[in-house]
Amino acid sequence: MKIKPQTKQKIAFTLLGLAAVAVIVPVILVLAILVQRGLPAISWQFLTEMPKMGMRAGGIFPAIMGTLCLVVCAISVALPLGVLTAIYLVEYAKKNWWTRMIEIAIVNLAGVPSVVYGLFGLGLFVIFFQFGSSIIAGALTLAIMELPVIITSSKEALMSVPRSFREASLALGVSKWETIRCVVLPNALPGILTGSILGVSRTAGETAPILFTVAAFYLPRLPHSIFDQCMALPYHLYVLSTQVPNVKPALQYGTALVLVGMVFSLNFVAILVRSHIRSKKQW
Amino acid sequence: MKKIREAIIEKTILLNGFACILFVILIFVFLAKDGLTLFKTISIQDFLFGQIWSPLNEPPQFGILPLFLGSLFVTLGATVIAVPLGMACAIFIGEIAPRWMREILKAGVELLAAIPSIVIGFIGMALLGPVVKQIFHLPTGLTAVTGSIALAFMAIPTMVSIMEDAITSVPRIYKEGSLALGATHWQTIYRVIIPAASSGIVAAIMLGIGRVIGETMAVMMLTGNASVMPQTILAPVRTLTATIAAEMGETVRGSEHYFSLFAIGLVLFGITFLINFLADMARHRKIK
Repeated sequence: MKIKPQTKQKIAFTLLGLAAVAVIVPVILVLAILVQRGLPAISWQFLTEMPKMGMRAGGIFPAIMGTLCLVVCAISVALPLGVLTAIYLVEYAKKNWWTRMIEIAIVNLAGVPSVVYGLFGLGLFVIFFQFGSSIIAGALTLAIMELPVIITSSKEALMSVPRSFREASLALGVSKWETIRCVVLPNALPGILTGSILGVSRTAGETAPILFTVAAFYLPRLPHSIFDQCMALPYHLYVLSTQVPNVKPALQYGTALVLVGMVFSLNFVAILVRSHIRSKKQW
Repeated sequence: MKKIREAIIEKTILLNGFACILFVILIFVFLAKDGLTLFKTISIQDFLFGQIWSPLNEPPQFGILPLFLGSLFVTLGATVIAVPLGMACAIFIGEIAPRWMREILKAGVELLAAIPSIVIGFIGMALLGPVVKQIFHLPTGLTAVTGSIALAFMAIPTMVSIMEDAITSVPRIYKEGSLALGATHWQTIYRVIIPAASSGIVAAIMLGIGRVIGETMAVMMLTGNASVMPQTILAPVRTLTATIAAEMGETVRGSEHYFSLFAIGLVLFGITFLINFLADMARHRKIK
């Protein structure tokens, strides 16, 4: 018996829909469980106190501050570097094999496994530059890691500025760099911001690159300088869930929820910025 | 004066463009510097094809074959799960879902992409492990399969977003032409749109695989970390990435063990470099 094409289509579409549901439902489930089990653990004390009793009690304050430190240091290195690279690729580069090489390098930077970044950071920053295990070593490692994200989104933002804007400015006798600085960059800024926030949210959750470059197993104080070690939220969650026996599950889920909360709120801000630009765009 | 300033700025920006190439070279150099030192004392064959990884025994053995197979098992498992699911999801989002549902699904996929790998590992240990243990009646729930399932969900966002791009960028006239000839929407999808988007789909699959091979924390927490030759996918395994992450903390700087971990890093760098290069080639190939 031959099945009618229309029936086949119905069957196929149902299966495709089910697959989409199978992808989305676990996400919702995971988030729901995180909130349900983590929320009771979160209190003002949990967020602002030092861990106690070998991390089996107390708060996660130094881990939150450590992650904030790392993220801020990393983005302040990666943002100028990434934006200038994007400017080069969009405004200056000619279409030749050098440019293609740079593009391939960016694609590969994006694909290098996070643990390999960790090894690289250990080799270059911790040992070769003799920073030791420190915030600066970890932040520089993370900065190189988030570079491809920032470059790619900045490139898109720069390319979406219409050609005519540049031509109008150049026709008025303004130099090329001033055109970029006063005309192109301001118009591309929101797009660049979105990409940077996404880069930050990615680095906030990374564990493997900071494993050997900065993360302290247990350090119940705040770092004194950027040459100090610090605790970090993702590593703290790793320690709580695999290295320390008899940790209350509430503490683990609480830490996981704070980390996910941080990452998601960054993403949410990025989405808000993006939709804000779309609604205000006049060209 | 102004001209000089302009020239200086231009040169600075030019230098920045080369920074990315510099970083790739630096990563390679620093991995190779320590990684290749291992081969002064151990032959490359023993390293790549040795069947025992026991760096702490006397004499230590540095065969990465069990680790490589561990990575391979987990990656294959994840690919088998992620490719059909991801492709179905991308087709559904790109072609079938009504607008409101598309927005919800896309947001869901973006959320999935944003969950840090350590959180996936943690949730997997707490929830997925026990389920796998019960279903297959195993002594432990932390096996290659557990890792594969979790990793599949980490690869899906990468795959879906690139595949969906490829599907929506198929020229409209292809679709209209097929529909005008009397083909149903489904026939159009699998006879016209998928073949036309195939290079993007291949790139998406490869980038997804690249992500799975390089994944570290979730895999370390979920696969049971047994560095033996894996027999089945229901046994605990250990991957290349997890070995580096788990053992680097215990090594002595400058020891054979330390160098061997850098050598593994070099192998991983080589594998992902190749995959990403090929994926980029596939992506830039013009649709004929």
